[in-house]
Amino acid sequence: MTAILSSENVTKRFGGLVAVSQFNVEVEEHSISSVIGPNGAGKTTFFNCITGFYVPEEGEIHFGGRTIQGLSPDLITKSGISRTYQNIRLFANMTAIENILVGQHPLLKSTWIAAIFRTRSQQEEEALAAEEANRLLRYVGLTGLGDQLAHNLPYGAQRRLEIARALASQPVLLLLDEPTAGMNPQESADMMHFIQRLRDDLGTTILLIEHDMRVVMGISEQISVMDFGEKIAEGTPKEIQGNPKVIEAYLGRGAAAGLDLESQSTVN
Amino acid sequence: MDEKRTPTWQIILRSGLLGGVIATYMCVIGIVETFSERLLIGSFFSLGEVMLVFGMVITGVLAARELKGKKNYVSLGGSLLSGLITSLPLIILIIITLLFVLRPAVQGAAFNLRDMFVNLSPELVEILTFGQGLFPGIPLLILFSALMAALGATFVLPSRRWRMGLISGIAWTLVIGIFSDTVQQIFGRDIASFLFLNKALTPQAAVIVFVIAFVVGFFSVHTRVQSRWQTIPPSQQSRARVILLLVALGFLLVIPWVIGLFLSQALFMVVLFVVIGLGLNIVVGYAGLLDLGYVAFFAFGAYTMGILTTTGALGRGGLNFWTAIPFCILLGVVWGLILGFPVLRLRGDYLAIVTLGFGEIIRILALSDWLAPFEGGAQGVLHIPYPSFFGFTMNSPQSMYYVVVAGAFLAAFVTIRLRESRLGRQWMAMREDEDVAEAMGINLVQTKLMAFAIGASFGALAGGVWAARLGNIFPHSFNLLISILALAVIIIGGMGSIPGVIIGAFVLVGLPELLREFTEYRLLMYGILLIVMMLVRPEGLLPEATRRRELHAGEEENIEPVPQTPIGSDR
Repeated sequence: MTAILSSENVTKRFGGLVAVSQFNVEVEEHSISSVIGPNGAGKTTFFNCITGFYVPEEGEIHFGGRTIQGLSPDLITKSGISRTYQNIRLFANMTAIENILVGQHPLLKSTWIAAIFRTRSQQEEEALAAEEANRLLRYVGLTGLGDQLAHNLPYGAQRRLEIARALASQPVLLLLDEPTAGMNPQESADMMHFIQRLRDDLGTTILLIEHDMRVVMGISEQISVMDFGEKIAEGTPKEIQGNPKVIEAYLGRGAAAGLDLESQSTVN
Repeated sequence: MDEKRTPTWQIILRSGLLGGVIATYMCVIGIVETFSERLLIGSFFSLGEVMLVFGMVITGVLAARELKGKKNYVSLGGSLLSGLITSLPLIILIIITLLFVLRPAVQGAAFNLRDMFVNLSPELVEILTFGQGLFPGIPLLILFSALMAALGATFVLPSRRWRMGLISGIAWTLVIGIFSDTVQQIFGRDIASFLFLNKALTPQAAVIVFVIAFVVGFFSVHTRVQSRWQTIPPSQQSRARVILLLVALGFLLVIPWVIGLFLSQALFMVVLFVVIGLGLNIVVGYAGLLDLGYVAFFAFGAYTMGILTTTGALGRGGLNFWTAIPFCILLGVVWGLILGFPVLRLRGDYLAIVTLGFGEIIRILALSDWLAPFEGGAQGVLHIPYPSFFGFTMNSPQSMYYVVVAGAFLAAFVTIRLRESRLGRQWMAMREDEDVAEAMGINLVQTKLMAFAIGASFGALAGGVWAARLGNIFPHSFNLLISILALAVIIIGGMGSIPGVIIGAFVLVGLPELLREFTEYRLLMYGILLIVMMLVRPEGLLPEATRRRELHAGEEENIEPVPQTPIGSDR
């Protein structure tokens, strides 16, 4: 097993606030890994550093043997990373299919001139892209909703569509930012099951962000815990569950002392 | 039911006063008096009265709409009452005018109200009292106002047939009255002399038009074009579409010879603005980059055409129209890139302000002495030859109309092809969310520059054609108003929609050309129209429909609101 993504001492500051501090993480190829931590721990900021939306002040991020920090987001996406957002950010006034087609952007080659003259290769590419988009739509369980505007879709469908859009670029690494936010326990369980299937079917490496640690325990192979921008623990779900530092970060010092750890984990 | 219901009297008072204020406003700004010279029906009903009646009808519509839940006679009576109230501000206006403006009683006062309100004239009082003097006049005004409000109330009547009939009847009578010049030109002298006396419809003709339009409206309610269209099988639909297209094309080719010289010129301007609107639509409607300096590209095109083809002293290159047009388009692209580059990092309001500045800079540069030896400065570029087509000089509006229609087809073609392509999706994704678009692997710099370049090329094409039509171009033609007009065209028509741009150009460019009476109030009308549109129909007249595509091969057509399939179950 090799690490497909690794960050070394990544630090991101906003003025005096250190949002991510000396953060190290290694993500194995074909694995499901998670970054968890309470709200405001810096998880999303770390994602934004990986995807190029922020440039970290210190540290390096390697992906597939290349150093990627400092590259623009579109180049990072083209190198094989794609993501979803915590607060769903679909292209609201475009249809579901169009959203997925935009996701396929890095794979398409035809130029605007070919589009004006509607060359044979351009048409073939568009037809294939549409077919692939429909396949992805079926894959995430949104069959028949392709013509709906994204903002007309129900919440759960929007989450699925966002994942379909992220998958459209055939990423090597998929970053999911709180994919179960706003879902009830049943929907969360479905989503986790789906993420597991995704990895098994496509072999995509998956890095998850969650602040609710219960949902990730079942599927993660590796978990990093973040608090105030720093990594406070790392390991398998079992190791994390027993780690007092983690419980302290989530529930506060007082609660950590008297908490029965077993009752927490049985909720899963 | 609803507990916090507004009491009936309040609705009546409110809608009455609102309509009254509108009517009074029309009087004070002088529209009523100015337009009263333009007779519509016989010698008694003028465009001025239409403006006055407009306020009263609004009263009735508002009152009846809010009283809709009640019984019919309540809402009709309520509208009548609020119509009475509508006349109140008008009566006050009459009294003020008589006391403070016209009568010697107050002439000793320090100032004359008419210094400020120039339109408060004896003629206005005469119009408002129907020339009957104060005593029968004011009661007449009250009665008239109440009746017109009741008429307005009938527009929201529950019976759809009567409503459509009435609206159609009144609308057609007004339209034919207002566009009498156009109608006379199209139908020739025989019918015209029967229908019209000078510019106004004769009373009997007005009745005939009203009755015909009423009957048509009354009986056409249940035939909806769209539902008919859907009953045609898909295989025949494409054939029907081709036939429709051919008919439309034939119509476009024949129309300038039917409508004559003046209207062809108006039509030329409309189609010219379709081209401009399509260009701006790419930048604003698709890519979401609010560009308020679009006139700059129009100016580049016009000056390129001028300098390359003029036979005057400034001429360089000595090309003819057909060889110069590619240069116009090409230079438009280049200037789109040049002006696009500095604003790449700007978004929203900031982008709008900077492009606004660019538009002005270009105009002032064109006016400057510095560039005068090259492009004429304030003197402009003169003696731009008309295009010639196989030895035929296109010096008439009709022949130039064909050139601009060809340009519009080219622009529409490119627009449609790009909208359906990868680049079009890039633009729309960028419009929706720039950050996410970039995270999808879209290169924002390239995508923005493409939007500016292609949008600019349409503008420059329009500018080139325009320069060749006019023969002379001057810097002051390229003012901010063109940018604003182009933007208004796509806002009124509906962002991102090609039919919308066409409708928008007809409404904002075509109508003012036909309604010469409105020239003075043109900007006021634009303002009112924009405000009303933003309130009532912010998506525009013909917005881009959710495009359905034949993408779902082998899928069932029915769309359930919430799919029950568990996620990932279908592979």
